[in-house]
Amino acid sequence: MELYQMTIHELHEKLLNKEVSAKDVTESVFSRIEGVEDGVKSYLTITKEVALEQARQVDEKIAAGEKVGPLAGIPTAIKDVMCTQGIRTTCGSKILDNFIPVYTSTAVQNLFDEGIVMTGKTNMDEFAMGSSTENSGFFPTRNPWDLERVPGGSSGGSAAAVAADEAIFSLGSDTGGSIRQPASLCGIVGMKPTYGLVSRYGLVAFASSLDQIGPFTKDVTDCAIVLNHLVGHDPMDSTSVKIDRPDYTKSLVDDLKGIRIGIPKELMAEGIDPEVKKVVENALEIFSKNGALVAETSLPNLEYGLSAYYIIAPAEASSNLARFDGVRYGYRVPDPDDLMDMYMRTRAEGFGDEVKRRIMLGTYALSAGYYEAYYGKAQKVRTLIVRDFNKAFEEFDVLVSPTSPTVAFKIGEKIANPLQMYLSDICTIPVNLAGLPGISVPCGTVNGLPVGLQIIGRALGEEAILKVAYSFEQNFGWNEKPKLEIRY
Amino acid sequence: MEYESVIGLEIHVELATKSKMFCKCSTVFGEAPNTQTCPVCLGLPGSLPVANEKAVEYVIKSGLALGCDINLYSLFHRKNYFYPDMPKDYQISQYDQPLCINGLIDLDMGDYQTRIGITRIHLEEDTGKLIHVGGAGRIAGAEYSLVDFNRAGVPLMEIVSEPDIRTPEEAKAYAQKLRAILQSLGVSDVSMEKGSMRVDANVSIRPKGSAEFGTKAELKNLNSFRSLQRALAYEIERQTKALNEGRPEDIVQETRHWDEAKGITSTLRTKEYAHDYRYFPDPDLVPMEFTSDYVEYLRAQLPELPDERKQRFMREYGLPVHEANLLTESKAMGDFFEETVKLYKGDPKAVANWMLGDMSYYLNTEGLEIDETAVTPKHLAELLKLMDKGVISGKIAKEIFPEMFETGKLPQVIVEEKGMTQISNEEEIAKIIDLVLEENASTVEEYRAGKDKAFGFLVGQAMRLTKGRGNPQLINRLLREKLQE
Repeated sequence: MELYQMTIHELHEKLLNKEVSAKDVTESVFSRIEGVEDGVKSYLTITKEVALEQARQVDEKIAAGEKVGPLAGIPTAIKDVMCTQGIRTTCGSKILDNFIPVYTSTAVQNLFDEGIVMTGKTNMDEFAMGSSTENSGFFPTRNPWDLERVPGGSSGGSAAAVAADEAIFSLGSDTGGSIRQPASLCGIVGMKPTYGLVSRYGLVAFASSLDQIGPFTKDVTDCAIVLNHLVGHDPMDSTSVKIDRPDYTKSLVDDLKGIRIGIPKELMAEGIDPEVKKVVENALEIFSKNGALVAETSLPNLEYGLSAYYIIAPAEASSNLARFDGVRYGYRVPDPDDLMDMYMRTRAEGFGDEVKRRIMLGTYALSAGYYEAYYGKAQKVRTLIVRDFNKAFEEFDVLVSPTSPTVAFKIGEKIANPLQMYLSDICTIPVNLAGLPGISVPCGTVNGLPVGLQIIGRALGEEAILKVAYSFEQNFGWNEKPKLEIRY
Repeated sequence: MEYESVIGLEIHVELATKSKMFCKCSTVFGEAPNTQTCPVCLGLPGSLPVANEKAVEYVIKSGLALGCDINLYSLFHRKNYFYPDMPKDYQISQYDQPLCINGLIDLDMGDYQTRIGITRIHLEEDTGKLIHVGGAGRIAGAEYSLVDFNRAGVPLMEIVSEPDIRTPEEAKAYAQKLRAILQSLGVSDVSMEKGSMRVDANVSIRPKGSAEFGTKAELKNLNSFRSLQRALAYEIERQTKALNEGRPEDIVQETRHWDEAKGITSTLRTKEYAHDYRYFPDPDLVPMEFTSDYVEYLRAQLPELPDERKQRFMREYGLPVHEANLLTESKAMGDFFEETVKLYKGDPKAVANWMLGDMSYYLNTEGLEIDETAVTPKHLAELLKLMDKGVISGKIAKEIFPEMFETGKLPQVIVEEKGMTQISNEEEIAKIIDLVLEENASTVEEYRAGKDKAFGFLVGQAMRLTKGRGNPQLINRLLREKLQE
């Protein structure tokens, strides 16, 4: 087994035992990147120099007998929506092609402080708007399981990098499913924590009330380990929750006995590919076989989730993205006639179609005379969805559904039909609207393409979903990997 | 037809917090451009606002001092519009749930009292400052423009009055009273000159007795209380003329620019292109929730306010209402008065007379506030003491006042330097009176013939010969004695 194929916990042990150095691990991952990146195209920026320097520092510490944490020396890919000081951060957009942040986001800084080795910044749908990474302003990322297919999105680069062993783990952001859906399509573990659990400071905002940073990992154990170092109150983020961070690895217990699992029927309804549904149903048997109580439930307002989301998220985005105006940073049209001309052409040339579509949707939804009918109503729907979840959690410990209604689709298949694309997130969006934690774990394949199982918890119920996800992983025993051709 | 004017004021006040509204940057004024900035107030991608608790406290205190109801649940909204001085292209402000509502200011206009309602007080962030290079210094025609973000994110409190103001004098009195109240709270410099207090005025006219509103104009660039009053007077006159001369089309809803030099208002922009600010609650900030205990805690901390001080001045110092009004017009004025009375230990009315007489004259001439001059309470107290001791006459005191005002020299020093001490030597004065009587024999005759006025003339002549330094009481007495001889 190559080092790049290993998990965080496997590598940590080898590093502590001095079987390998951080340099060895880093070089292994970069050799893998060199081998497969041409095909997968996970990265927008590769930061090999930074990585080798970080690895050197970790090796020094280990050599000096200093204590290092479980993430020290672990090659990590960062979605290009999180600011990294001195390192280009594009958000997958031409408008930020030349943007070099002057500060590092809190989440990334927390990991830097733990000694991670940053391999690079990963590709994404522009400003995290999309479900396939085809909306990247630069190039699409390909699914390591089938290079003709999308890795999902918007954190497609981060998901593909981990699935293709181009990083040991990675960070993504999830506004409507942007971690869980690509995790599902790439056959890895992806978690969106409770809203407010991970600081958003330095995460370039798409929809502020929905955005949340989370990890992509190769297994549930790694997910808990990363979470331990990602979670924490940040005084720079007013929406950051103040809690005593638990040790999430303590939830890694294989015990499903008596756990009440609800299956929202609205998330198993039409729109879910029958083959995907079948795989999920098979997976559910693992739960009942191991002592969990599985029952169908109903959250009637989930059906309005997608509509509400496509009002709220674009509304917030229309305001959040106003600052990309050519005045202070990023792209500016070279020959403006006047201020208005500069604004209009900078944004017309700098933004891609999907971003412009959502800015227009959001601007409309907030306009005088329409606010109540659209934004006001969408917020009411959001409240109803929160109530539905609260009610369901009176009866159940976790809720389970497919993560994505389909397996990875072909590049180009849905790009011309935005509504079709939006439906990719039908199962994940309600979780963001309610601010709840959700995790996607692999639960089988359809035609050789991975299917993900979504486990949803109560607000701050990360421990419960980690326990269920870990138990599922242990009992399901799935360890398929994409077969990638190495092209040196 | 007789018209009445309807005026409402929107007043922006920069709060005197140490740090900005949503970040830790300093609010210090006058630093090199863009040195008081960080990712938050520059609106860099990914940065997030965190509300300044002190600023919120200041606004609530202001609201309490202005008799407002405090909203125990209040929200920040985003006001969306594009402009290069606004780093995020939206301003964090408040919309339908401001911190304070339903306040008032009572005005004592001398011959009548009036009450001006305050609709709301809300908290927002200031914008940066644009400097247009080339052209006429305005954005249109400029070669290029520079932005200084030092001011961006400074906490700004907006106080919106009801359209209860009826005259330019009331508008000025309202703004001055508001300033005095905020000064006593210490929440702002409230300086119109430095731009920490900015007044916009909405004005319309309507037939007297009508309940409907006319078409209003918003006046901008009002950089002093005087220009506020002048601009309103001009605009009311303009609107009245337009209606009287059958040109109602000259009054349109628009923003008008006050030109201080020309003394006129002119169209800045019409409301045809009314902005749709697309207000919505800022998802980066959590709602503000207060307990009534907290509000009462702040209320208990309120200092003495101008109205209370005025009452106290009348009670404690026996000042008439008019003087008490003027002396509490600004915090500095009242502080100066009380400090002087304390040092002087004499009649407070004498202090009031000097402050509202000579002192106010020089302040107005120089356009200065009382705390911006070299004169301190010690100066005035000493001056009064010198007069009481008979060292100088009132006339001399008036003469040395300007020098004291300009140089900050203590009165004793000026008197000594110029040899201006009063002549109280009987022998010396007697000699001078003899001379006066000799030179003005005909006036002496007139006096003896019963013309009382002649006495004053003779006193004046004696004063002239002493170059104003003669002790007036002494001159009076000796002159009377000599005339009776």
